[in-house]
Amino acid sequence: MSGQVTVRIPTILRTYTGGEAEVTVDPSTTAAGATLSGVLEALEANYAGIQTRILDDNGALRRFVNVYVGDEDVRFAEGLATATPAGTQISVIPAVAGG
Amino acid sequence: MTVDNLSAPVVAVDEFDFGPATGLVCRECGAHYGLGAAYACMECFGPLEVTYSYGEVTREQIEAGPSSLWRYAPLLPVSKHAVDEPNLQPGWTRIVHAHNLAEELGMTSLWIKDDSGNPTHSFKDRVVAVAQSAARRLGLGTLSCASTGNLAHAVAAAAARAGQNSVVIVPHDLEDGKTVTTATYGGKLLAVEGNYDDVNRLCSELIGDPLTNDWGFVNVNLRPYYAEGSKTMGFEIAEQLGWRLPDQVVIPIASGALLVKVDKAFRELIALGLVEDKPYKIFGAQATGCSPVYQAFEAGFDVVRPVRPNTIAKSLAIGNPADGPYAIDVIRRTGGAIGSVSDDEVVDGIRRLARTEGVFAETAGGVVLATLEQLLASGKLDPTAETVILNTGDGLKTLDAVIDHVGPTATIRPQVSDVREALA
Repeated sequence: MSGQVTVRIPTILRTYTGGEAEVTVDPSTTAAGATLSGVLEALEANYAGIQTRILDDNGALRRFVNVYVGDEDVRFAEGLATATPAGTQISVIPAVAGG
Repeated sequence: MTVDNLSAPVVAVDEFDFGPATGLVCRECGAHYGLGAAYACMECFGPLEVTYSYGEVTREQIEAGPSSLWRYAPLLPVSKHAVDEPNLQPGWTRIVHAHNLAEELGMTSLWIKDDSGNPTHSFKDRVVAVAQSAARRLGLGTLSCASTGNLAHAVAAAAARAGQNSVVIVPHDLEDGKTVTTATYGGKLLAVEGNYDDVNRLCSELIGDPLTNDWGFVNVNLRPYYAEGSKTMGFEIAEQLGWRLPDQVVIPIASGALLVKVDKAFRELIALGLVEDKPYKIFGAQATGCSPVYQAFEAGFDVVRPVRPNTIAKSLAIGNPADGPYAIDVIRRTGGAIGSVSDDEVVDGIRRLARTEGVFAETAGGVVLATLEQLLASGKLDPTAETVILNTGDGLKTLDAVIDHVGPTATIRPQVSDVREALA
């Protein structure tokens, strides 16, 4: 299980994960490999339906989802192609306007 | 002025009463939810907004109300009893007819809506008051927030007034005028090694953690209610102008929520027949060091690409403003524009506002004034049209911005001759 990453799940998606706030998946076994896309594929394989909550109909990140790989907002990195090596922590959170 | 309720007893809250509010709706996909501590759509993550069923609301009814934002309770998600519950009684701040500034800028009619007069010296008292009312109804005993400073101050004070616990979370590098004031109220103040967007992320991740079960994060899980409080800036502008809308308004953009809600306020007043329907233009103001909404607007985008903030206008330093797309929608729909100004221009703006009108604004107010000048120079803003600019906070909170630019004219001995010499 060398490619495992940890994903923090927001409350509004925990119905898919049986209430778990944090889950572990291995994107290296997916077609997209060790990238954020691979993480979402692996999540979908384990928790059917979760991917379409995060991605829109065009397969892009929804406008009001923020995804962090480590401390980096993926919009500052490579988006869905952002690398997610083993041990990475990923956070999916609703975008809140703040202020 | 009516007497406020600073000595009012705590009122027992035993009803799930949000006044005219009927539910929550997703701004993106239109999914409906019941009233509760929810803020993101289960379907698409879109932000949730309060829906209402307004009864008849008249000018007379509002004018007979208290000299605070509670005069607009029939247009907010609050119980009619909110005014009697312990709170800071914010709002109903002055609007200043800025003759001197208008003359200097070659404008016909210019007003400053000056929210530095709120209890904690920024417009954030408005949003906190509405969120605090919601927190009571939802059984959330601890008030919390992610803040760029002004909100921290407002939350800490409102919680203290109501005898509630507070935990406010801010970036570690804020101005003393915001952190020292906040800390004095005695709640918990957590300074995070990171910027506002890091703080916002942390607070979002804290939601759902058992630690925060009774926490009302005013701008996260109470955000639908909180944001409605900003409408009262728009309501007051219209009422104070004699129940009419201005032609142009210049509003600072941090998250974008204030701008969006002032527009919403204007549209609600029109829909309710409280003001005459007329065109108005809404303009946004950002500091160049954190101008993601300006950049998206200029590029013609609907999506706001996050930036890493670097500006002295820290109260506007939100690099990932989730209401940015909605702010752009409003500005495009009304025919406005956005300006982006340098930190030096911000300082000049603060000084000019103080020198011409006796209004000492924090950096956000400097951003607005500098933007006004920029929009006039570029011809995007009409100098002959009635214009309102917003000052959202007090300059005493951001003394650092001007401290190297102003000081005593001279330091002298207590002698008449020295005064003569110094003023010669």
